[in-house]
Amino acid sequence: MLEIAIWLSETEWSIALHESLYLYPWIESAHVLSICFFIGTLIFVDLRLMGAVFNKLPISEMNTRVLPWSIFGFGLMTITGLLLFYAIPVRSYQNIFFRFKIFLILLSGLNAFLFHRQMSLEGKKWDEGQNIPKTVHLKAAASLILWSGVIVSGRMIAYNWFDCDRQPQPEWVNWAAGCIMELSLTGDF
Amino acid sequence: MESERLFHLFDRLEQSYIGEAIRNSIWMFPVIEATHLIGLAILGGSILVGDLRLLGLLLSSKPIQYVIRQTTFMLKLGLIVLVSTGIPLFLSEAIKCYYSRAFWIKMSALMLGLIFLFFIRNPICLSAEEESRKFKIIGSISISLWAIVAGSGRWIGFS
Repeated sequence: MLEIAIWLSETEWSIALHESLYLYPWIESAHVLSICFFIGTLIFVDLRLMGAVFNKLPISEMNTRVLPWSIFGFGLMTITGLLLFYAIPVRSYQNIFFRFKIFLILLSGLNAFLFHRQMSLEGKKWDEGQNIPKTVHLKAAASLILWSGVIVSGRMIAYNWFDCDRQPQPEWVNWAAGCIMELSLTGDF
Repeated sequence: MESERLFHLFDRLEQSYIGEAIRNSIWMFPVIEATHLIGLAILGGSILVGDLRLLGLLLSSKPIQYVIRQTTFMLKLGLIVLVSTGIPLFLSEAIKCYYSRAFWIKMSALMLGLIFLFFIRNPICLSAEEESRKFKIIGSISISLWAIVAGSGRWIGFS
């Protein structure tokens, strides 16, 4: 993986993007503003599942009318996010917050998968007015908490507190960030 | 003369207790900033759901009044989170903001956005009965103003 990141970082476009005066900030701004489309609209889908807003609307309608906007936002997030990674591949790959963010995104994906599987099995009953099960409330709450965590850890990528070139770090930090320690740095000759 | 007074005010705000505390801490600015972003998600989402409805792009079979009502609570919650985190962020770098064009654009658009939201968009949308083209105009103005607020807000960090 590190080799791939190093290879990416040496490609012409990666260097151009990294060194660009305006393109990088514009992509980053687009990435941040996409939060409104993606997580902003998803909040309403999740709150509907928890019975807090739009209670007159069937859950299936929220999923067909509002969720597509979240997916659109997710698309924007992914495209701009990949470009941001492509601009600074090695440093991102070895950034502890970046890694934690990817971990949270994977958890959110699993949570979304479990929810949609449950909805395809019993969603009809929810529309017919049956009580929405606690397990659905839990998944909606998990979605809100996990995506908030993604926002926070994403913002923290900007800080170099735990970067590999700042040593000494606790061993678990170097492990989690995937730092490759030179023998001379560890003092272990 | 005026701007000199304003500068002194900003200088004093920067020297305030909260401003000092945030500058002297490694983690306070990042944590407040990250919370500001969560506020952005809440407010931005609430504005978007309402405005996309006005533009006829979301839940268009449901009454405008209903969609605006259902998003107003979260909209206010988002505003509270954004303002209560935005003020300390500002205090920690008031002088930088004074010289930042992005900051002044953001504040101007924010004032316009708030006035438009509470005195034009919401009152009209909550009272009007029938669909008409004016809702599309209101939705376009609202979404544009808030996009300027968010975009120039991000740009304060680059300047």
